[in-house]
Amino acid sequence: MMLVYMFDGTFEGLLTAVFDAYSRKSFPEAIVREGAVLPMFCDECHEVIADTGKSDRVWRGLGRKLSAAALSATATSFLCELPDYDITLFRYICRALNSPVSIETDFSDPDVVEVTKMVRRVRYEAMRIRQFLRFQKAADGTYFALMEPLYNVLSLAVGHFVDRFSSMTFVIYDKRRGYGYYYDGREVHCVTMPETLPHISSGRLDESMMDADEKLYQDMWRAYFKAIAIKERMNPRKQRQDMPVRFWKYLTEKNG
Amino acid sequence: MTEATLNKLKILAEAAKYDVSCSSSGTVRRGRKDDGVGNTVGGVGICHSFADDGRCISLLKVMLTNVCMYDCAYCINRRSNDVPRATLSVSELVELTMEFYRRNYIEGLFLSSGVVRNPDYTMERLVKVAQDLRTVHRFNGYIHLKSIPGASRELVNRAGLYADRMSVNIEIPNECSLKYLAPEKDFKSVYEPMGFIRQGVLENKEDRRKFRSAPRFVPAGQSTQMIVGASPEHDRDILRLSSAFYSMPTMRRVYYSGYVPVNTYDARLPVLKQPPLIRENRLYQADWLMRFYNFTADEIVDDAHPDLELDIDPKLSWALRHPEFFPVDVNRADYESILRIPGVGVKSATLIVNARRFRRLNSEHLRKIGVVMKRARYFITCGELEAPCVADVSPDYVRRSLTAATGKERDNNPLQLTIDFGS
Repeated sequence: MMLVYMFDGTFEGLLTAVFDAYSRKSFPEAIVREGAVLPMFCDECHEVIADTGKSDRVWRGLGRKLSAAALSATATSFLCELPDYDITLFRYICRALNSPVSIETDFSDPDVVEVTKMVRRVRYEAMRIRQFLRFQKAADGTYFALMEPLYNVLSLAVGHFVDRFSSMTFVIYDKRRGYGYYYDGREVHCVTMPETLPHISSGRLDESMMDADEKLYQDMWRAYFKAIAIKERMNPRKQRQDMPVRFWKYLTEKNG
Repeated sequence: MTEATLNKLKILAEAAKYDVSCSSSGTVRRGRKDDGVGNTVGGVGICHSFADDGRCISLLKVMLTNVCMYDCAYCINRRSNDVPRATLSVSELVELTMEFYRRNYIEGLFLSSGVVRNPDYTMERLVKVAQDLRTVHRFNGYIHLKSIPGASRELVNRAGLYADRMSVNIEIPNECSLKYLAPEKDFKSVYEPMGFIRQGVLENKEDRRKFRSAPRFVPAGQSTQMIVGASPEHDRDILRLSSAFYSMPTMRRVYYSGYVPVNTYDARLPVLKQPPLIRENRLYQADWLMRFYNFTADEIVDDAHPDLELDIDPKLSWALRHPEFFPVDVNRADYESILRIPGVGVKSATLIVNARRFRRLNSEHLRKIGVVMKRARYFITCGELEAPCVADVSPDYVRRSLTAATGKERDNNPLQLTIDFGS
């Protein structure tokens, strides 16, 4: 008898699913997102309706079982948005709630290992944004940058840029998910822009939109990038390892 | 900012590229809310790009000028070399740094310089750059300043107020070799500025204990660099020197730079086809063992084995020379012993000591945790039927089975005959 839960794909939804499982006293073997195809041997499908009251209770309960760091890590790992990961996180949360002691360091448990790895991967992707994001200065003084991160991690990185460039106005945009953040010098706003805009589709500002000096600084950066490599030590494999090719599309030094 | 600046930047980046250090780690500076730009994240720093040679680009690594009055044999910028020379003005460099930083190209500036006129004159200009960045532009990112050998104490003290990290390169690990290759330099000219920095930091620590608002002095400490392969020293000498450096308070990193044959005409230098990249890599591994794995220099290399082995890493090499230390029981041994198992790193050792509180670990758990079982299996016991331990079979056997060429390497072997079936 296979039981499947269906939820709306939000973190609240997942926490509500945990709540439902405990109140119905029946735990699912699989969790699917709305609109996904049900598994072949599905006998019963319970639809979870996300409820902040229920999810808050689960979250508070989880807070009593895990350290603050592990608690925020579970939420972070959910940003990977991989459907296969939902059931792992679900089992992890249930195990954490059942256990009298915190399970966060039980690395011989496959789910704990999987969650720990996913947290690491998501945080690494956020780090990649901090590393490989490149601003271009527009004529109006706004700095513009666009990326296509693997996971939905823009929210993890935006704080860093606000702290660092607090006196600038800038836009950072996630093209894959079609949203971004605009910082006006005081506050951060979530923005969406039409895909048809030329600088959204290409990721590059047109020369007519650029600040007067932008082109020169880009050229200088490219020249510097070329000059700093030691010819006798060429190591393209290492370069690709540390700076995967999927980022090259929007890197100033790798284009133009 | 013009095309002329671009050309200067090219020349001066070329001149600076042989310096290895590029880290932006060691300090946390919070961003300022109202004015200026910049913060530093602390921890490991941020690498913004990776050049074609695979080295990270974190800081704008550039020289203020590559004109130099010294004639060091190993240096591309030596007086007698016929290379294009350029000098950036202080304002040019400051503006360049700010603009690069605002575009998220870099974490900050790594500035060094050839020595012009006298050390103090050169040092003063370096300090001026850092000062302008910090006070005029309110730049709050990372600044790494080279201290010019022979610069006065006053200048080093001023530089320390603006820089996050300072460094003096020792370059050659033996004083006689240094004097032979760089007649104008000696160990004193290197150790003296290092001492200034150290004293500055220690005094500053004392001051900050009394006044919490006292400005920080070189908060990320100092680093140094040694060229490997330009002089006849053994790895033993190099590692002993590094370990002496690490015992010095404030010394955070020693970098090793495989000698790139730049001045091939100089008869004092060895003839190399290629920079000694593997040796350099092994030295870094040994360096890591000293810093994170509680190894001492004399454990890694000794008089019987003055050089690191090139075909196996220093940790495995130590393990093969000490079969009596193994097998280590992963379920009972302390963290330090687990760290010594080849195939176990700091990360997996931490995971092991945490995870074994819940249940006994077996080899499947270890594999999941990330232990490289191919290597580790000869050195551990985890309460199940296991591979022969290094103490039972011989170290030679383990060495042979771990260094045996993998399938891919065999395929690439040029000595392997291939049959051409025609097409």
